[in-house]
Amino acid sequence: MRIGAGVIAAMVLVAIAAPWLGTVDPSLFDAGSRDLLPGKSGQITTLEGETLQHTFLMGSDSYGRDIYSRVIYGTRVSLVVGIATALLALAVGIVCGLSAGYLRWLDGILMRFMDGIMAIPAILVAIALVALWRGSIVTVVAAIAIPEIPRVTRLVRSLVLTIREEPYVEAAIALGTPTWKILFGHILPNCVAPLLVQGTFTCAFAILVEAVLSFLGVGLPPDIPTWGNIMAEGRAQFVSFPHNVFFPGIFLAVTVLAVNMLGDGLRDTLDPKMAKRI
Amino acid sequence: MNVLEVKELSIALPPGADRPHAVSKVSFTVGRGEIVCLVGESGSGKSVIAQSVMGLLAKTLPVASGSIRLNGDELVGMSESGLRERRATRMSMIFQEPMTALNPVMTCGDQIDEVLKFHSGHSREERRKRTLNIVREVALPEPGRIVASYPHQLSGGQRQRIMIAMALVLEPALLIADEPTTALDVTTQAQTLRLIAELQAKHGTGVLFITHDFGVVAEIAHRVAVLRLGELVELGTRDEVLKHPRHEYTKMLIRSVPTLKPHGRPVNQDTPVVLETRRLSKIYGARGWFGRGREVRAAEDVTLEVRRGQTLGIVGESGSGKSTVARCIVRLVDPSSGGIRIGGTEIATMGATALRPLRRKVQIVFQDPYRSLNPRRTVGEAIIEGPLNYGVTRAAALERATKLMELVRMDSAALSRYPHQFSGGQRQRICIARALAMEPELLVADEAVSALDVSVQAQVLQLLEEIRTRLDLAMLFITHDLRVAAQVCDQVAVMSGGRVVEYGPAEEIFQRPKHAYTRALFDAAPGRDFAFGTT
Repeated sequence: MRIGAGVIAAMVLVAIAAPWLGTVDPSLFDAGSRDLLPGKSGQITTLEGETLQHTFLMGSDSYGRDIYSRVIYGTRVSLVVGIATALLALAVGIVCGLSAGYLRWLDGILMRFMDGIMAIPAILVAIALVALWRGSIVTVVAAIAIPEIPRVTRLVRSLVLTIREEPYVEAAIALGTPTWKILFGHILPNCVAPLLVQGTFTCAFAILVEAVLSFLGVGLPPDIPTWGNIMAEGRAQFVSFPHNVFFPGIFLAVTVLAVNMLGDGLRDTLDPKMAKRI
Repeated sequence: MNVLEVKELSIALPPGADRPHAVSKVSFTVGRGEIVCLVGESGSGKSVIAQSVMGLLAKTLPVASGSIRLNGDELVGMSESGLRERRATRMSMIFQEPMTALNPVMTCGDQIDEVLKFHSGHSREERRKRTLNIVREVALPEPGRIVASYPHQLSGGQRQRIMIAMALVLEPALLIADEPTTALDVTTQAQTLRLIAELQAKHGTGVLFITHDFGVVAEIAHRVAVLRLGELVELGTRDEVLKHPRHEYTKMLIRSVPTLKPHGRPVNQDTPVVLETRRLSKIYGARGWFGRGREVRAAEDVTLEVRRGQTLGIVGESGSGKSTVARCIVRLVDPSSGGIRIGGTEIATMGATALRPLRRKVQIVFQDPYRSLNPRRTVGEAIIEGPLNYGVTRAAALERATKLMELVRMDSAALSRYPHQFSGGQRQRICIARALAMEPELLVADEAVSALDVSVQAQVLQLLEEIRTRLDLAMLFITHDLRVAAQVCDQVAVMSGGRVVEYGPAEEIFQRPKHAYTRALFDAAPGRDFAFGTT
């Protein structure tokens, strides 16, 4: 868990400090510096028309853009998409799950609707939604979050169904506590541990799906550097210039692995039964 | 010759525990054909001793020193295969909860057969014959049907008999019974105890019987060992220990055992009626879409009355509907039919909004002190929650909470701590304070002392009694324990199968029970004729 948290912290720092990490504007290109191998020096032209000497740490792509800068800036997109998706899915899922679990008349309708969403493959839903709304970060986040909502809803509902039978909830009813206070004051705080874990897994999944969508060309527009976009553009030349795909791929794999490790670690520390077994 | 000899046994607790040893320097013996009871409150180390004999101790609890000899063979340090060879053949164990101790996906017959298969060289025919024999011996009806049944198809008492059958099928020299009747109803408990005693006498088995219940001890023990915090404080014959205990702790425990004699304090019959139920019924599982579904009549035609300053006890076995009645009265479940009047107002059919102002008049204390408090809220927050709901200011609510802590004899510093920092008895006091913070007219105690150790139980009962007199409360006391009922109740309603079978003044019912079921219940109370003494 410590390793996972450390890697994520490092990624966040990288994302925040992207402009000061020896990068150039990721959209800059130079026809003279196309397909450079990692570590080679070359030129790059700024928007003002100046020509800079630049070392291409991870090489350049077929437009002459700096892969290093694009990967570093891509971190921002991936993290924002991952975290925003997790938050959105959790927020909506928590409200739906609490309602379905506690208000029995709503349960049937809400859960059948969720089952309906779950019946469609997540990626397909995402592709359809992005196609419908045009690509932007908000669209991509919504497109990935919507298929995730039923999962969170189911989890929350199942937790609510067990916690609502606890005597302390019944005592709260007898104390005249209003329903919304019981839901948010008694039931939700006791669901936090599994939700944190679910949140990290949703985050990892979202980062991966964003890359997949971008790779398929239905995610963010190509001018925004994301790991998926970089890999998609590098795919054609993979055989001769594998670095175009290799570096963003490494970042993607390491980040997803770190988030998953954090999630596993959280589950083990927060679940006393697991902790005892270890 | 002794079947089991435990000498100077010490078992270490992991570092950071409240004491260095789970069990320290405990010595006792179990002879052939003898029943030795290990008695103690929770945390006294009695189950740890049982597990150490069976070689089932967790790795975090190593035997630090001492010896355990079974038929003369040293068990401490014995290899796993040596222990396995002895389990079931020479020593076996039965547990508290027969449902979890049996494999739910195997028939009972197969589970007994498995024991025979692993430990004896008998043929399939021979094993089948022995299985049927032992099932017959534990007095189960229709052995043929029972061996083909899965555990969930049997009742709790029948499952415990299957466990006993499994434990005794190879005629071990030692039987360890770890609270074998605690989860059972009192009538089933009486039958199970009788069965254990019979089989043990017939086969000459030595029995190490672990229990917290002095009634059970009086019923079954030849000799008694009293444990306290891992130390053996007293060892002697049943009559020595239960009638003339020498150690202060034993005396205190025996003093705490409630007697079956009703308290007999005068009851004022002229106070106003606080609670009245009229033909109250609760039916679960109404009809489905296609015809009628299965109906469970949890409570039927229950008519009761509690006056201010009085305690009405509802007594019955599990499934008798006593908790359902309580939950209907607190309106945690909606009654199917009938009336509930609180202080003259009909609340049985009242909607949630109209009910809200009346909720504070009825408060409930539950059985399980570990689940009755939200683990993520401080004690103070729990106590002031109710008053805050009814518009009391935070400062005033906190002041009331401080006073209540005094009333339930706890330190007001406890208000800022979390529930897990308290023992079961303390938590139950907190729950009582939480209920009292609402200044209720009726306090419902749903098995409120059943999960507590006997000494703590005595304190909490005393506290409830004190509060009832001081605040002039009406109390509805639900319990399966006749001894407890005798101590607190002015009126008693005996429930069976969802119906009230007998209802009247406690003294009347305890001394001249009329209904056959009430009489059966009293006859089954363990140790009912035993005269406990502390001199």
